[in-house]
Amino acid sequence: MEHAIQEITFHHEPGGKEVVSKIIKTTVILSVITIIELGMGLGMYALPMAAGLKLFLKGVIVILSLAKAFYIVGVFMHLGEEVKNLIMTIVVPLLLFVWFIAAFLYEGNSWKNLRNTYNPKQAVTAPAATHEAGEHH
Amino acid sequence: MATAQAHTETKWWSGGKSPFNVEYGKLMMWYFLMSDAFTFGAFLISYGTIRFSQNYWPDPNEVFNAFPLAGHANLPLAFVSLMTFILIVSSVTMVLAVHAGHNMDKKGVIKWMIWTVIGGIAFLACQAWEWTHLITGDHAVMINGQIENIGTTVTMNPWGPAANVPAHDGHHVGTPGPVAFGGYFFGITGFHGFHVASGVVINIVMLIMAINGTFERKGHYWMIEKAGLYWHFVDLVWVFVFLCFYLI
Repeated sequence: MEHAIQEITFHHEPGGKEVVSKIIKTTVILSVITIIELGMGLGMYALPMAAGLKLFLKGVIVILSLAKAFYIVGVFMHLGEEVKNLIMTIVVPLLLFVWFIAAFLYEGNSWKNLRNTYNPKQAVTAPAATHEAGEHH
Repeated sequence: MATAQAHTETKWWSGGKSPFNVEYGKLMMWYFLMSDAFTFGAFLISYGTIRFSQNYWPDPNEVFNAFPLAGHANLPLAFVSLMTFILIVSSVTMVLAVHAGHNMDKKGVIKWMIWTVIGGIAFLACQAWEWTHLITGDHAVMINGQIENIGTTVTMNPWGPAANVPAHDGHHVGTPGPVAFGGYFFGITGFHGFHVASGVVINIVMLIMAINGTFERKGHYWMIEKAGLYWHFVDLVWVFVFLCFYLI
């Protein structure tokens, strides 16, 4: 019984100055990342650059945003201090996003390509031509 | 000693123990936030799909370049940066409120909760200004061979490619852009703003309960912690809204 009681003890953070200094450190990290992101966003607007470089910068901004999300969830929401299995029940389902994003962006791009190459005249005349051919025989 | 007393009084989850060594309400808040992440994710991915299907999409640096009281100055992303920092700072004050709660510091909780509420209201005020500016800010656009002045709404988008005509009243003339731009912008930032508004209401309730000493009588400030989780999630969502609409 004694053992069972100890098992269900909710842990609390050690309430001290090191917690506050960790919060301040995380705030600084989040602010600096945001400023870097803004700098890159403005750079894409103000400076002439190749499409490939622009795409690369956008990829870097996405990765930096994921880093921000990691700090907010891990430090501000204290998820990093929870039991490992709790973390897994939150994080593993979110992996669905990997498929979700890839599949739908691919779909959107394919939609654009189909629309750009679609030729209404071709689509109408093709079946009509086979119909005429059928009548001659 | 205090914790030992709490254990004899409480049947954790009725089964006698908490599998994840965490309070039931807190765990359920986490699962709610996970489901909410999927809702926001679905909205943002839908936006991405439509954006990828268009040949032209407006440049956020051109759309979001206004600042209150700055007139027609071209200040790309300045205002939204301010909004982002307001939300980050209010997230920080929330962590400090939770931290004060861990130390049973009632005065500290009240002080930081007040700052968090102020931050939330400031963010909502900024969003109200931004929406008003987008909806009422007219731009000259060539529609069916005629120049019309239209704002950004869910049915109109003046941010298309430039029209091949000379300037009109000193402003360059554009063509209508994809209508989905306004729909997704107002839909997703509106849904996020609704979350911020609910968060502010929740935080005000927490503030009143803290002032009345409810948590002090309970012996813990776990409610502040759960409200804090929600509030950080709102900040987290903004990171991605900011990314998808303003940065890339």
